Amino acid sequence: MSPLLKSILSPQFVFAIIRVTTPLLFAAIGVAISALSGSINIGLEGIMLVSAFFGVIISGFTGSLLLALIGGILVGIGMGALLGYFHLKLKADIIIAAIALNMFASGITVFFLYIFAHDKGTSSSITSLVFPSLQIPIIKEIPILGEIISGHNVLTYFALISVALFYYLTYKTSLGLRIRAVGQNPDAAESVGVNINRIKLYSLLLSGFFGSLGGLYLSMGYVSWFSRDMTAGRGFIAIAAAALGGNFPLGTFLGALFFGIVNAIAIYISPLNIPSEFIHSLPYFVTVVALAIYSIRLSRRKKILSEKEEI
Amino acid sequence: MGKFILKYFNLIRAVIAILIGIIIGVCIIYIISKEPGVSLKSLFLGPLLSKSRFGNFIETASPIIFCGLAIAIPFQAGQFNIGAEGALFIGAVVGTAFGVSTNMPAFLHIPLVLLVAGLTGAFWGSIPGFLKAKWNTSELVISLMLNYVAYFIGLYLINFHFRDKAAGYLVSYKLPETAWLIQFIPGTRIHIGVIISLGFAVLIYYFLYHTTLGYEIRTSGFNINFARFGGINVFKVIIIAQVIGGFIAAIGGMTEVMGVHRRFNWQLSPGYGWDGVVVAIIGRNNPLLIIPSSLFLAYLRVGGKILNLLSDIPAEMITVIQSIIILLITAEAFLAGWKYRITVREAKAKEVGRT
Amino acid sequence: MGNILSLKNIVKIYPNGVMANKEVSVDIEENTIHAIVGENGAGKSTLMKIVFGEEAPQEGEIYYKGKKVNIKNSLGAIKMGIGMVHQQLMLAPDLTVAENLILGIEPLRYGVFLDLKKITKLTEESSKKFGFKVPLNKKIRDLSIGIRQRVEILKVLMRNAKLIILDEPTSVLTPQETEVLFKSLKDLKHHGKTIIFISHKLKEVKLIADKVTVMRDGKVISTNDVNQLDEHMIAHMMVGRKINFKRIPETKNIGNPLLTVKNLSYLSEEKIYALKNINFEVRAGEILGVAGVDGNGQTELVEILTGLREATSGQIFIGEEDISRFSPREIREEKVAHIPEDRMKNGVAEHATIEENIIVDRYYQDHFSNKNLFLDWKYISKSSNELIEKFKILAPSSKASILSLSGGNIQKVVVARELSSNPRIIIASQPTRGIDVGSEELIHNLLKDARDNGIAIFFVSADLDEVLKLSTRIIVIYNGEIVAEFDEIKNVTQQDLGPYMLGVKKKGE
Repeated sequence: MSPLLKSILSPQFVFAIIRVTTPLLFAAIGVAISALSGSINIGLEGIMLVSAFFGVIISGFTGSLLLALIGGILVGIGMGALLGYFHLKLKADIIIAAIALNMFASGITVFFLYIFAHDKGTSSSITSLVFPSLQIPIIKEIPILGEIISGHNVLTYFALISVALFYYLTYKTSLGLRIRAVGQNPDAAESVGVNINRIKLYSLLLSGFFGSLGGLYLSMGYVSWFSRDMTAGRGFIAIAAAALGGNFPLGTFLGALFFGIVNAIAIYISPLNIPSEFIHSLPYFVTVVALAIYSIRLSRRKKILSEKEEI
Repeated sequence: MGKFILKYFNLIRAVIAILIGIIIGVCIIYIISKEPGVSLKSLFLGPLLSKSRFGNFIETASPIIFCGLAIAIPFQAGQFNIGAEGALFIGAVVGTAFGVSTNMPAFLHIPLVLLVAGLTGAFWGSIPGFLKAKWNTSELVISLMLNYVAYFIGLYLINFHFRDKAAGYLVSYKLPETAWLIQFIPGTRIHIGVIISLGFAVLIYYFLYHTTLGYEIRTSGFNINFARFGGINVFKVIIIAQVIGGFIAAIGGMTEVMGVHRRFNWQLSPGYGWDGVVVAIIGRNNPLLIIPSSLFLAYLRVGGKILNLLSDIPAEMITVIQSIIILLITAEAFLAGWKYRITVREAKAKEVGRT
Repeated sequence: MGNILSLKNIVKIYPNGVMANKEVSVDIEENTIHAIVGENGAGKSTLMKIVFGEEAPQEGEIYYKGKKVNIKNSLGAIKMGIGMVHQQLMLAPDLTVAENLILGIEPLRYGVFLDLKKITKLTEESSKKFGFKVPLNKKIRDLSIGIRQRVEILKVLMRNAKLIILDEPTSVLTPQETEVLFKSLKDLKHHGKTIIFISHKLKEVKLIADKVTVMRDGKVISTNDVNQLDEHMIAHMMVGRKINFKRIPETKNIGNPLLTVKNLSYLSEEKIYALKNINFEVRAGEILGVAGVDGNGQTELVEILTGLREATSGQIFIGEEDISRFSPREIREEKVAHIPEDRMKNGVAEHATIEENIIVDRYYQDHFSNKNLFLDWKYISKSSNELIEKFKILAPSSKASILSLSGGNIQKVVVARELSSNPRIIIASQPTRGIDVGSEELIHNLLKDARDNGIAIFFVSADLDEVLKLSTRIIVIYNGEIVAEFDEIKNVTQQDLGPYMLGVKKKGE
């Protein structure tokens, strides 16, 4: 046990946790923002996937990291816009529409993968650029802490910054205020002239933005290629992470971190005979328990203002 | 004519959505494929070209039908439970575990294995059901999470307790022959499970539309306030609908194992649960419509595989087409304007006819 | 002082054909508190919705501050300086008071960031200026209704409302909170604001209003200075009309009490007693009519009687049996039928067929199903078609969906189901609301027949005509209490009931 414990308590492990948490964090923020407006986006899985794909393709064909970044982000926002169009304009059920978009993303990315890279599994024939890692001067010299904090991918640092961005957006901007109002009581927002559909659309676009960064990190940071369905359910884990955190910025971060820790442990623990499956199932199981407790509390405290039904 | 359109409007809308999806697919093939003729032939005629391919098509429809039913029942009760995937997986695992650990004549073994799987799935469905009924917890998130839990626990059970170490890869022990579902059409893998799936579809149709419990389920889905007002025990209904869904999904998974693979060999979750969502939506939660929807999806699937094999277009084309179809069907406003115009025209005609 | 608002000949017809405002003309003088009173359906809510831009009139003109205006939507009304505090408060529960106050008019730094300092400054200033003390940093969900209402009013004031409309503001307040509200309203008047105050509580109107406009049946009866009238005169104007209905023949056989309610009280989620110590009984062969303006506890009472809500204290008996804790199914099995107030929410499933709607209370019984397992659709169709004929429901077939029916026919389906369940007791709440005259006649006759067959009927209606026409006895409910009982109603008129309904009189006064 001792060598395992040593490796778990090592700075490399914490470093790994942060690395693994990055895409989850982006996606979870994406889910949380949409949830706050009352129209939850469960299509982060698909959004991350298309952004991951297009980032690789664009960087491979243009040789420009910047273009890949911009392209990936635009694609992600575009998916958010698509979801917004079908749900807000065409009155599609947002859950089903998101499921459809996830399917669409899964199919279209492999489809184009084959067209561009002539391979149905990975894009290894295309040389993709990657986002660089950053060594932070001075800090990297600090023992232990330096190993944990310095040397991460630039997108990882941005993910952490995104938590702050999410916080500031939600609590310190008028858009964030309106998003929260629309999510809590659409009538209240309408009564002061706030356009509900527009606000929901914005939250979906933001959702797409953050999701796209998660996808770009996956294919151009975590690894340097695209492979089919590489999001591997992270978009759905993000829903759990956001739910665990009550859709608040800090909570969402902790939720994502929780899943990141578990994933990292699972990687480290594989050499042992403890079934990694147990570890992997833990966050989902905990989410079920946490949500159950949350609902029990909620139902005990009688809802005073809202007489509307909830899903 | 207008009357006909209005009466079958939903059906017509679904057909139009399907046609649009297919047309888009055809266009893409024309644009991208170097041999569009071959591609189109593979996709649309492929499954008909050989006995085994046709068999593939039929046998693929089986688990899709089961999962379509498993999703449709909670949907009819107004519950957004998408846990068919998890129930199917864990049900199949436990059923396989039971199957490889016991010995008895086939006429007992087969139903018992199915029952064990089904009950496991039923239990799995009861969790989101109970949480929703009692504390209004989101059955969507809970069932989604439980899909993962089922997957991991299932894998653990197979890999650590029922793994066939003689086989080269991670699979369970082979099921004894007494627990096999016979493949009764030589040259294909079509097994009794296919018949069972059709049987279940008819059964569930009858259940939903001709039994008291089915009525309670559908009425709760129509208007839960009304159901409560009328005296229906909606607490019970919310739970039972999801329990039955889990039961059926698990049976679907088990029949696949018993009929096709004869051992548990899924290392990834097979995805039938999501297919179930697709066909439930296309078939509007009606078991009898789920049969053709599932056949349609299965046909596309197999056609897609052949397309993949014989042409330069990947099978994922199918996923793209099916997602477009779902999007169009779920968009309530899709063609709503058309329906409105016809309604107005019919109303006017009625007035004129009267005066 | 000029008129801040002048409405001239406003006509409003709803899509279902109801004419809610019939050439309504009202002048609202600046700097007054102007009450608009009327029963349910008098048209006052519609009129205010038009002023606030939520509805558009078919005809008529609106003059605001002397100029003719066209109010397209609420935002337009707000921009003009018109603010409205609805009965159901429109606040976001998890946002703070300050956040709710500046929603939509957020002061920003650099065009994006909330200027927190300015928000505090603005809200504190307004709060002080208008004398509305509100806890700026508390979340709405943690505040009492009285304070929430104050936030709503402040919200309106902060958008520079010169004309403030309050829709039944005291219906959710305790007496103490009402006092505080009234003082605030008087202060606002001194600030130069004009207030329109919709209410049916005449004592309050007398207390706070300068002028009062009485509406009835979509028309304005008159507008007067409040000190020229007393409550009885106002009540008279609100309800008085020539008798244009004929009372149904008296009942022949009154039997034993079938439904008895003892000391029933209900504490609502807002911590107010929606029902206080209700006592009454309904005997076989009689119709007990409950007169009262909507919102005085009738809805809660009916829901408690039918098992959809649990009382806080008290008991309900059917015969000798205590059914206080019974579920809806158990109550129905005691042969109690319920014609619900909100037929679309509770009475029918819109997208289901007529048949499916009819059997909701009996699908598990003999004939409709075999052994409570398999539905017998043949019998169900036969039974449904019989009911369609008997109740003259206009429908293409028993398998038509409810959506295809008119409002009156939908209600007929509801009534058909409830009356055909062989009840001993019928609880009917607003059974003829929003339906055509022909269907109304039919339903009245059916209730009369039921009564003659020995059924006990508990009948709630905000329509006085109806109550007087059908009832054997009448009780009046106001503010959650029974304030009057009339055992002999041969000579009772609307004038007798009005004062009780409007809180002017109470039993024993």
